[in-house]
Amino acid sequence: MAKGIKDKVAILGMGCTRFGERFDMEAQDLMVEAYLEAMTDAGIEAKQIDAAWLATGSPEFHLGNSALALTSTLRLPYIPTTRVENFCASGTEAFRGAVYAVASGAADIAIALGVEKCKDAGFGGLPPVGRPMNSKFIWPSVSAPGSFAQLATAYTSKFGTDPKDLKRAMAHISVKSHDNGSRNPKAHLRTKLTIDAVLNAPMIADPLGLFDCCGVSDGAACAIVTTPEIARSLGKKDLVSVKALQLAGSNGSEAQFNAWDGSYFGTTKAAAKRAYAEAGITDPRKELDLIEVHDCFSITELVTMEDLFISAEGTAVKDILDGFYDADGTIPCQIDGGLKCFGHPVGASGIRMIYENYLQILGRAGDRQRQDNPRIGLGHNVGGYPHQGICAISIVGAYEG
Amino acid sequence: MNFGILAYGAYLPRRRLPRRSMIEANAWFDSSLRGLGKGERTMCGWDEDPITMAVDAARDALKGSDASAIKSVLFASTTFPFLDRLNSGVVAAALNLSEDIAAADLGACQRAATSALAQAFNGTGTTLVVSAEQRKTKAASPLELTSGDGAAAILVGEGNPIAKLLAKSSGTQDFVDHYRTIESEYDYRWEDRWVRDEGFLKLITPVVARCLKSAGLTGADVTHFCLPTTLAKGADAIAKKVGIAPEAVRDNLQLVCGDTGTAHPLVMLADVLAVAKPGDRILVAAFGQGADALLFEVTEAIKDFAPVRGVQGHLARRKEEPNYIKFLAFRDGIDLERGIRSEQDKQTPLAMMWRNRAAYTSMVGGKCTKCGTPQYPSSRICVNPECTAVDSQEPYSFADKIGRINSYTADLLAYSPEPPSCYGMIEFKEGGRWMMDMIDMEPADLAVGLEMRMVFRIRDTDPQRGFRRYHWKATPAADIKKGA
Repeated sequence: MAKGIKDKVAILGMGCTRFGERFDMEAQDLMVEAYLEAMTDAGIEAKQIDAAWLATGSPEFHLGNSALALTSTLRLPYIPTTRVENFCASGTEAFRGAVYAVASGAADIAIALGVEKCKDAGFGGLPPVGRPMNSKFIWPSVSAPGSFAQLATAYTSKFGTDPKDLKRAMAHISVKSHDNGSRNPKAHLRTKLTIDAVLNAPMIADPLGLFDCCGVSDGAACAIVTTPEIARSLGKKDLVSVKALQLAGSNGSEAQFNAWDGSYFGTTKAAAKRAYAEAGITDPRKELDLIEVHDCFSITELVTMEDLFISAEGTAVKDILDGFYDADGTIPCQIDGGLKCFGHPVGASGIRMIYENYLQILGRAGDRQRQDNPRIGLGHNVGGYPHQGICAISIVGAYEG
Repeated sequence: MNFGILAYGAYLPRRRLPRRSMIEANAWFDSSLRGLGKGERTMCGWDEDPITMAVDAARDALKGSDASAIKSVLFASTTFPFLDRLNSGVVAAALNLSEDIAAADLGACQRAATSALAQAFNGTGTTLVVSAEQRKTKAASPLELTSGDGAAAILVGEGNPIAKLLAKSSGTQDFVDHYRTIESEYDYRWEDRWVRDEGFLKLITPVVARCLKSAGLTGADVTHFCLPTTLAKGADAIAKKVGIAPEAVRDNLQLVCGDTGTAHPLVMLADVLAVAKPGDRILVAAFGQGADALLFEVTEAIKDFAPVRGVQGHLARRKEEPNYIKFLAFRDGIDLERGIRSEQDKQTPLAMMWRNRAAYTSMVGGKCTKCGTPQYPSSRICVNPECTAVDSQEPYSFADKIGRINSYTADLLAYSPEPPSCYGMIEFKEGGRWMMDMIDMEPADLAVGLEMRMVFRIRDTDPQRGFRRYHWKATPAADIKKGA
């Protein structure tokens, strides 16, 4: 295996807007909000940025194509700029571009910014894609919740789990995330929920009820990265460095080849294995302090606990109900509220996860700060659908060099 | 010469609308409708139309058998979805017939199906005659009550026929009992009494008599008389005039199905062939600006043929749909608020549709000649991770394959004309998989492992451009007759 990215790049500064229904703002305004926080945190000037990456999931709804909106909005003078899109993994993808640029030596300081303006769609949920694609002819009338809901039917079929137990564990996930979100001033949803409210919510896509689904949000998140050496030279003492960045795209076998049972993400398993190897992690259940996973739906979070090799196969329900992933549990999952409550501005989400892990490791997470000095945090995005998707994993941690 | 009817099939939608629900909704306006309140009518789902029903009826007849002998397709309807696009061409493509065949649409008259059948007997090659009808009717019209949606298919050609043609005759007069024009969306009809006495009785009788005479037979020689009409005692009156026994007059299926318009003579023929015995003589007639009459004699081969379901099998595959508003909504008879989610651009790039017609219309994928993996759609590189052979796939049809549900959901968020949208991963028993819509079933019946078969349906309609596109969906296989 390649040597990997571990400790080659450090985070110089990060910013993140309040997520939510930002009806008063353009995407550009959100970008500036996240950028200014990150720049203040980094303590640099715009002219010190060598290259820029922009992540958006549905730019036809706000910025349009190309990365031009990034340099022109932030007034970055004639530097290389690139827009990336990888479904919900877009944010992590932009971060990856910036990190790799720094690691290669092509840039000393690079910026990654993810933004989405989802609430101009006129209805809840992801904005529709534009012109019909080839797949529209032969795909069913699929929605995101309907696609992910199938994890549940496949999971109960595989493990013989009582659907009621599964539903309770899923409800626990949502209640936990709402509880966490209530302590996060930037979260889209800050209201606590009860298990009964989750269980009795209207059905969206069987067995996912309303509170099993994250909404979508307006928001932006930004990361400025450099080498640990430059960060030190700029006066930074406690550094958070990148330990691993991995991406796994499906080879199409889930959709077309009879091997996958539909209850897990092969992409997550592959990306996690490589990420742990890259970061030097051998026992994720013992070594990870915090995880921010792609909880677009409660069932996604549930199976991801197994796909990340933290809960053994078939035991996620038990771990979840035992509180293993609660804010005061062994490995808090979505201590910031996650996609579920912090919100899901698609292009920003991957960077938002890194933002939270960064704050927690530096002890700057306010009311929701984990008290046992977390040292290493994992971020996880799933883009696309379980049967046709992509997974991105980021691991960041305290720099010990 | 061993030329005749080789196979027959039918399709009637599973949904049945009780006429009482239509009466309850409309009798406030027209109390005379109460007299038409008995029984139920067949009703297309939102994703069914004459093209999909014709495909279903043809598949009911062909039963997955080798269709390479078919040299032409004749499709009769007065409710073709496309006015300028060969509807029989869509049917032929969905049936994955050879592209080296003839095809024609026959319409504009309620006897178009018998005319198509007569035309098939003018030739020598194997002809698939299909007919389907889905009438658009005004709310609270008698036609809305008496009509049904349905289709039938008759395969005609050289072989071991189950019925041979003894004689046929036609007559043509410009008798206008009803009409529909390019300017009018609905039928305009004259009063029933005049239609019956001046048209129906006077114009059909001589044609039937001529047909019998040219076969050297009399009315008494007819075992079964199929003449669709919703006119009271209409068929009985003609039978009496030509000497056909009252008990030979076949039930018009009005109580259980309704009149399926152009398709109805063939629906009645398919229905009677299922009970006919060798030596039986069947007279099929239809009315419309004149009449057609065809006289058949059933052969011994009838014992060896049964369609997959036939008329009675489809009638038994029944789900009551008492919601009259839903009936209207499915036929654009009411302007439902469908929400912003439904506004997605449904433009069909025709170049893409043509290029991918095997996958889109024919449900043909590929089978890797190196590792044997069936895959849908086909692709240049084999999907089997252990194989990945390049350009190794030969065409492989999934249309008649049975799959099992691997995962599923009932989705209330995705826009569907009939929520919830049920779909999931279908794993074909012989290899291959695809995520598919699941229809004609109750969400509660969705289960991992349930066996499903493929059906051709409307995938999307594009109201902006007046287009509809078709694809294949999965439906429970369980109602397939054993051994069929």
